[in-house]
Amino acid sequence: MKFFTDENLLLAEEIIGRYPKPRSAMIPLLHLAQEQEGWVTDEAMAEIAELVGTTSAEVLGTCSFYEMFKRHPVGKYVINICTTMSCALMGAGDLMKHAELRLGVKSGSTTADGMFTLEGAECQAACTEAPCLQVNYRHQYKVTANQFDALVEELGSSDHEVPEHGVLSQVRQHIPEDRFVGVVPPEDVTTAPVWLNDNGSDQ
Amino acid sequence: MSDQAPSEVTVTVNGTEIEAQPGEMLIAATDRAGIHIPRFCYHERMSSVGMCRMCLVDVDTGRGPMLQPSCMVPVADGMVVDTESDDTKRAQEGILEFLLVNHPLDCPVCDKGGECPLQDQTIAYGPGESRFVEEKRHFEKPIPISDLVHLDRERCILCDRCTRFADEIAGDPLIQFTERGNSTQVLTFPDEPFSSYFSGNTVQICPVGALTAAPYRFKARPWDLEETESTCTTCSMGCRISVQSSRNELVRYLGVDVESVNHGWLCDKGRFNFEAINSDERLTVPLVRDQENQRQLLGTDWGSALAAAAEAIGQAGPQGVGIIGGSRLTNEDAYAWSKMARSVIGTDNIDAQLDDGLPAELVLGLPPATIADACEADTVLIVGPDLKEELAILHLRLRGAATRGRTKVVQIGPTATGSESYAQHSIRCQAGEAAKTLTELLSSSDPLAQQLRDGSVVTILGRASMAESADPAISVAAVIRAELPHATFLSALRRGNVRGALDMGLAPGFLPGRVRIDNPSQALLQKWTDIPKEQGLGTTEMLQAAAAGKIETLVLLGADPLCDFPDRNLAAEAIQKVKTVVAIDNFVTSSVAQADIVLPATAYGEQNGTTTNIEGRVSRVIQKITPPGSTRDDWMIATELAWRLGGDLGLTSKDEIWREIEQVAPSHTGITLERVTSDETHEGILVQQSSIDLTLPIPQDTPIADGYGLRLISGRKLWDGATATAHSPSLQHLAEPPTLKVHPNDLQRLGIPSGSEVRVISTRATENLTAVADSNIQRGTAVLPFNQPGGGANRFIDATATINDIRIETL
Repeated sequence: MKFFTDENLLLAEEIIGRYPKPRSAMIPLLHLAQEQEGWVTDEAMAEIAELVGTTSAEVLGTCSFYEMFKRHPVGKYVINICTTMSCALMGAGDLMKHAELRLGVKSGSTTADGMFTLEGAECQAACTEAPCLQVNYRHQYKVTANQFDALVEELGSSDHEVPEHGVLSQVRQHIPEDRFVGVVPPEDVTTAPVWLNDNGSDQ
Repeated sequence: MSDQAPSEVTVTVNGTEIEAQPGEMLIAATDRAGIHIPRFCYHERMSSVGMCRMCLVDVDTGRGPMLQPSCMVPVADGMVVDTESDDTKRAQEGILEFLLVNHPLDCPVCDKGGECPLQDQTIAYGPGESRFVEEKRHFEKPIPISDLVHLDRERCILCDRCTRFADEIAGDPLIQFTERGNSTQVLTFPDEPFSSYFSGNTVQICPVGALTAAPYRFKARPWDLEETESTCTTCSMGCRISVQSSRNELVRYLGVDVESVNHGWLCDKGRFNFEAINSDERLTVPLVRDQENQRQLLGTDWGSALAAAAEAIGQAGPQGVGIIGGSRLTNEDAYAWSKMARSVIGTDNIDAQLDDGLPAELVLGLPPATIADACEADTVLIVGPDLKEELAILHLRLRGAATRGRTKVVQIGPTATGSESYAQHSIRCQAGEAAKTLTELLSSSDPLAQQLRDGSVVTILGRASMAESADPAISVAAVIRAELPHATFLSALRRGNVRGALDMGLAPGFLPGRVRIDNPSQALLQKWTDIPKEQGLGTTEMLQAAAAGKIETLVLLGADPLCDFPDRNLAAEAIQKVKTVVAIDNFVTSSVAQADIVLPATAYGEQNGTTTNIEGRVSRVIQKITPPGSTRDDWMIATELAWRLGGDLGLTSKDEIWREIEQVAPSHTGITLERVTSDETHEGILVQQSSIDLTLPIPQDTPIADGYGLRLISGRKLWDGATATAHSPSLQHLAEPPTLKVHPNDLQRLGIPSGSEVRVISTRATENLTAVADSNIQRGTAVLPFNQPGGGANRFIDATATINDIRIETL
């Protein structure tokens, strides 16, 4: 079964070509998979394993290490409310309670219409702007209950700039091919960094 | 760069100076000096990762003592280490308290309890009590991560041993750490089990009870086990193992770390097939075919069965007897049968191989290499079977040499193999034409040709396919002898003690000690009454003679020609034609079921003796349990038969047989019983090189395939229809039914969709099989595993042909 769309498969091959070892492309490809589907499916991981020449288990190991790769379907908009110290002192608990009531779901779940996933999160490095939250990893500062309602309203309409979950950027970056490192033939490696060396830790 | 790196550094540990190798980790140096530092994640055969922190010790390199993990700190001259300081003890207590935060205290129901490093080290170094009062982490109790291994994630302390083994050593990274932080757990990918041939090793190296082996779960407690060190005879690798039994039943094998052979690792087949020995289906009494009533095999007493067998052998006369098999036997048993055939029966029709390996003169005559030689060579040239399937631990050793050492592996063969992942070059040749490809390579200007000519080369030589005769392999040997005279050889023969059997003369034309039949030693002539002058028949010739009515009595010495001989039709015809088939075996195999007289023999673990591995290393096998029923050792059966045939082997015990071997076999001179049985030589003793001269024929071209046919390639799988696997309940379902693999274009050309049933036609048989498209298969070839349950390739193979072709048709 094929996971990547034809267009994304071409892109995947381009991404793999940038690196000396295909396996290095694993995380960029996980992003690509998440962009395509909104989350990382098992099929996506299996296909990435095949593309970079490793086992699905290894892709799962990498993918599951990163909180921001979702391995279950999430809403179009993932709202992360910071629950760490500064925000907690500035009312993040109340904000979370309000958000749960407003969206009608507990923290950690997704609304029935598939629009929102509500999550608590660790520090988002905006302590001076507490309480803060992120919508698909875009910051909102000093959020009040009213502002939260307005935000939900806005996201429900089409008049906003937040892309769907999984989209990394609205502008696709293309690296010119002459800047690819690509596969280095073993005999050309004279001063190999350890990660290129066959006898290095990365076999 | 300094002018010269010091060859040794001195480290002070607990006030004592110890010598260490520059670059090695502190824990390795203290281990050698006999100073124990507790550890969970460190394993001397794998890279250090510093996961568990249990090996923290006070290290002072001139800046005052500080706690450092001794598995991650390379030794340095003048280093001062304290493994018993107050800080070290506090660290050890802290680490153990931390590891036990989430570890359930279910030791009374844990398989590891009693031999558990966590349990032992908690008692030795732990704080005695925990401050943790909260709820522990919970996971679903053991989940099977493969058919053979169960994982209990609650018990796991995340030491990275199993995952490191899977990735670094086995090359099957199918288990991984997933999630992170408090949820970190070892898992497989959903629906992709840890189906590694080496999965059992993770159970052995797990420092807690997180990984348990299905065949051993809840079978015994470690303090109930009795153990003895022995040698595995599942294949010819000769891995050292610890055989463990409880209440006269084998319950577990563990790998023993010997530098020369297995480094402590075992394949799952060798590790778990002890179940077959405990099987209720074992033969326990002699059977004789009832001549009148429906010709059934009926149980009888040894006296009548031996008398009947002796009568059949005696009546057939020296030329009318053929003896096939003997690789299952220990060296002593093989010697007794060799003596019995030559000296009592007077025949040289004896062959331990079922024409599925290499001619004896090749095995004994080519310049030999050891496994260690191969792992240190500049280049290892594999021309033969898929080592991962046939000699799994040799595959593991070569993989280690290629990925962590400097050895380059080059393979030439007609199909994809398990060695491809670590080979420098995998050269695909046409089936049976490896010699041609090699000649072309060596006469080219390819840098690889230079590499082979300039550096040391060990060739691993064997039959790439059971559908070709030994000729292609002989041609390869001829090319290498001519072009690369410095190359040495390791024979890729699969059967347990095949090398030992050949050494003992279970091959036509050879006497014990790797000497030809026309050149017996004086010592041998004193012990053996009579030796046939003429070279006898090999297995194929014996079966042909039997089919032609020239052989009356066929003795199957633990051999199953119907399953293991490449040509099933010839074997069936021979067994059907001969007057009497005498089978000496552990089980009723398909050939034994056709026999007229069946004598039950003792099996592995029930007999003492020695075995010889592919490199010629003699090591001991030890009896651990009492044999079932009235089974007897093979040498006893030989002496009994000899006596009934009017002869006398003059052999009364295995020790006596070894003494005689040491006297009469020139290659074994000096390998005394005392040396063989001493504990110092537990790694085994390498037998001296042989001195037989070998003339290799000029390589012949392999016949060209016709345009309509597909060249048949047939290799063995680790999980196949082998007797021991078939009688091990945990293993038998691992063998997949046979499928014919063909290149998608070849299938398309015939309009056959992948996965459909096709008619397979060869000169020998026409039968239906499932054909599957596989783009890894070369065009014009078809790959069919040799001996899978439900029918193997031997139905289609003509043993007299150099190479076999098949045709496929739609139904």
